[in-house]
Amino acid sequence: MSDLTGLTIAEARDGLKKKAFSAKELTEAHIKAMEKARVLNAFVTETPDIARAGAAEADKRLAAGAARPLEGIPLGIKDLFCTKGVLTTAGSHILDGFKPPYESTVSNNLFNDGAVMLGKLNMDEFAMGSSNETSYYKPVINPWRRKGSNTPLVPGGSSGGSSASVAARLVMGATGTDTGGSIRQPAAVTGIAGIKPTYGRCSRWGIVAFASSLDQAGPMARTVKDCAILLKSMASHDPLDSTSVDLPVPDYEAAMTGNIKGLRVGIPKEYRIDGMPAEIEALWRQGIQWLKDAGAETVDVSLPHTKYALPAYYIVAPAEASSNLARYDGVRFGLRVPGKDITSMYENTRAAGFGREVQRRILIGTYVLSAGYYDAYYIKAQKLRTLIARDFEEAYKKCDVLLTPTAPGPAFGIGEKSDDPIAMYLNDVFTVTVNLAGLPGISVPAGLSSEGLPLGLQLIGKAFDEATLFRVGEVIEKAAGVTPRPQAWWEA
Amino acid sequence: MSVDKDTVRRVARLARLAFPEERLEPMAKELNTILAWVEQLNEVDTSKVEPMTSVVTMSLKMRDDVVTDGARAEAVVQNAPLGEDNYFAVPKVVE
Repeated sequence: MSDLTGLTIAEARDGLKKKAFSAKELTEAHIKAMEKARVLNAFVTETPDIARAGAAEADKRLAAGAARPLEGIPLGIKDLFCTKGVLTTAGSHILDGFKPPYESTVSNNLFNDGAVMLGKLNMDEFAMGSSNETSYYKPVINPWRRKGSNTPLVPGGSSGGSSASVAARLVMGATGTDTGGSIRQPAAVTGIAGIKPTYGRCSRWGIVAFASSLDQAGPMARTVKDCAILLKSMASHDPLDSTSVDLPVPDYEAAMTGNIKGLRVGIPKEYRIDGMPAEIEALWRQGIQWLKDAGAETVDVSLPHTKYALPAYYIVAPAEASSNLARYDGVRFGLRVPGKDITSMYENTRAAGFGREVQRRILIGTYVLSAGYYDAYYIKAQKLRTLIARDFEEAYKKCDVLLTPTAPGPAFGIGEKSDDPIAMYLNDVFTVTVNLAGLPGISVPAGLSSEGLPLGLQLIGKAFDEATLFRVGEVIEKAAGVTPRPQAWWEA
Repeated sequence: MSVDKDTVRRVARLARLAFPEERLEPMAKELNTILAWVEQLNEVDTSKVEPMTSVVTMSLKMRDDVVTDGARAEAVVQNAPLGEDNYFAVPKVVE
């Protein structure tokens, strides 16, 4: 009762049902935590009134014994999800004042299941970034700090507001989106869990598009089980997104049996990259040992095209982005900067409205799609995707799931990598293959670095086999023990 | 395939991004760094590989060819920076 913000979603769900506390009390505790943590800059928009109304409705339903699966659970929504009547910015200046007249399918699913929205979470502009430093609304600060240091660290990205707010106990869970690692990498560097489901598991309708063939929504929460609970609600077949699949959504919680005896865990040798920090390598070995101790067997596998994943990604993603972002023209939504004619109005609006990284990617994308270069770049990259997907198919003949590190290192300082785009892109070296092949991947908190910062391990599954990821993820989570909470220095 | 100042100017024009003259050269450098890096893909012989066209194996659903949405002009234009009577307003394009 004293620490309602410290509960997991599973615990809060039980507490609400047992009337140990009300949805109102749970929501008020989180509103208070959110207000005290503004220095983290995790929210673009706080919506306490919407949260209070949701909590009141939840208490009514709980009293009537008609609780929905997420009744009264306070969540944050990444600002890439359109929320009806609530400012939606995608972290960009160009969407100034945009209040969608519709709700994204994923957020709608969550609210229909009783979840309460605390606000819209900060993010890299149009989800382009790995550190939340490209946001027009300024960087998010990681609640974690290095031992004995006050240096502000990045919370990962692009779902940096989501990772920071979950880790700081401002929300019980959050939505994220993952185009190249944007759920898993921020989850890893803030000590929480996050899953990118299989492409097509969640509807993309109402999510501001970055790279349509790579984008996928997923949950971020403090435990693997909480992610399972959230994904069950988020996933659905949606006639409004022709790429969402019409498959039943399994009961993920029920699949978490703790039993992984005889499971074959693949260890891809290509993920042992040059210059991998020793502690990441050690954590990976530790993860292998935990799974062996639980009765799994490990198999060495090869994913020979791994090194081409990032370069292929940096053709496909900017190409799709340059096309998706063509709609920001100063006519239909957001910012407009006048010009001497309509073309200069477009050009001025887009120059003022998009930040540096977004402009860089639009230019790359436009270039690789321009006449004469399409085959050399875009088609070439799509061919590499075929090979990367084939690598996984081959590997899954020998194993059921793959284990890798999530990120090449712990959280870094704000500004430390922003001058070198390629160094920044390398944050996604272990995560991006999964997006190119459309597969599911989960990051699980697995330990702390020598500086006291969280590190994560990643499990990669077969298409639509998120259930196995939750089952194995929980085994790692339990073996690793409880990740300590970051010290609430922001409340001081 | 090296990008020069003129190429950046042309591509920025295609992308409808106003680009100040003094940023063309630095951007050309940045793009060249990134393009040189992605060109390692040429190490792989892909002459017998089909490009990926669908991320997961699935067939697209058909639906009845009927109107399912529409007649919501007000909602469509409500976020426009400038508009009138359910129209978007833009600078004059035809004299």
